[in-house]
Amino acid sequence: MRGLGETFFNGAVIAKYLPALLGGFRVTLALAAAVVTLGIFLGLALAMARAFRIRALNWLIVAFVDVFRTLPQLVVMVFLYFGLPYAGLTISAFLAAVLGLGLVLAAFAEEAFWAAITAIPRGQWEAARSTGLSFAQALASVVMPQAIRVAIPLLTNRTIAITKGTALASVISVPEILDQAQSAMSLSANASPLVVGGALYLAIFAPFVAFSRWLERRFGWII
Amino acid sequence: MMEARVLLEVDDLHKSFGATEVLRGITLRVRAKEVIILIGPSGSGKSTLLRCINRLEEPTRGRIRVDGVEITERGVDLNHVRRHIGMVFQAFNLYPHLTALGNVTLALRKVIRMSRPEAEARGRRMLEHVGLSDKVDARPSELSGGQQQRVAIARALALEPKLMLFDEPTSALDPELVGGVLRVMRDLREEGMTMIVVTHEMSFARDAGDRVLFMDGGEILDEGPPATMFRDPAHPRTREFLRRILHGAPGGA
Repeated sequence: MRGLGETFFNGAVIAKYLPALLGGFRVTLALAAAVVTLGIFLGLALAMARAFRIRALNWLIVAFVDVFRTLPQLVVMVFLYFGLPYAGLTISAFLAAVLGLGLVLAAFAEEAFWAAITAIPRGQWEAARSTGLSFAQALASVVMPQAIRVAIPLLTNRTIAITKGTALASVISVPEILDQAQSAMSLSANASPLVVGGALYLAIFAPFVAFSRWLERRFGWII
Repeated sequence: MMEARVLLEVDDLHKSFGATEVLRGITLRVRAKEVIILIGPSGSGKSTLLRCINRLEEPTRGRIRVDGVEITERGVDLNHVRRHIGMVFQAFNLYPHLTALGNVTLALRKVIRMSRPEAEARGRRMLEHVGLSDKVDARPSELSGGQQQRVAIARALALEPKLMLFDEPTSALDPELVGGVLRVMRDLREEGMTMIVVTHEMSFARDAGDRVLFMDGGEILDEGPPATMFRDPAHPRTREFLRRILHGAPGGA
């Protein structure tokens, strides 16, 4: 029993590596915030653009969505970080991680918002247009406020799953929680840093999960 | 008798959906303050005619003029045209995320660009007009069908239209809620609103209509003042339709 405590809850090791782990916590938090912001807003913008049904644009949107729904986010991330330099374009590991996860989330978010837009009854559009609202005004003031509510339950789980993928950024050595925990673990030959890392993930994502539950309850009514 | 000016002119209007011809050459004149009742079996093209008049449907061929403005012309500002033509739908189509007042004021704010206080003042007046001054802040889900339809009427009236189109406004309502909506429509008639009403409410047609038009197969087969149309319709198909309507279930068709 004493061995188990030493291995997973070693006070000395934890004290030594806590500053590094807290640094990782800040990086993960920043990554997650950037991924959610990019993914949700880009997805929303793409779905709204798609509503205008401009053939060439829609073809591009659907191609983007299908490519990024298909590729594993780790592949996108590695490609952006290790592949782009061959084309003479070097981006930071942090940016590669944000784009890798954010673009994949944007693809799924676009599908959720688009499904919601098409679920709004045609009569809503007709009522809006019959009172002189333009297509864009009807979309912005009548359809989207309803579509966003419809999309929330379709979106929350996916957002959580993809955003948790910030841990993948350790592969391209973004100094986020897992990256810090792993190097601390190999330096100390002790698993305690990973336990602390797990607790830090909980500290970020438990409130996130709770917030998404609240969103679903608050806005997730079906029309 | 003084002849009022013609507000709506429809000439040789055709509409096809694919190979199906839904309107086959409709010609119609509506004078200001006139109340036109459109009757006919389902699928006869009544709704499509209404929807062509504010161009929710694109006519295949023909001409429509509203108050002298050709609305079937290329490049016409549809949003401007629609501002002057109110439409009330069978399914109400209220915006569920807005209050009654929000429903009425949305177009005032977005289309006419009224200030919020100005739009809300007019919105409250309109809701009072349809007898719902106590429901200003209610959501559509908190209102009965009849109340929802009256909000929808207020929403259309708020833009001060020259012409109101009613597409079976009471067909989705429980029988006991129909009266309130028809009362509002009768008031509108008294105020001199020009209206085209698709309805199966024959009592309303009889005492509020100036002219009854019978449509079948995409054409206007018969027309005349309600008294003549209900007592002695010229066309045998009108006679047959009216017999079915008047002796069938109330309100149904």
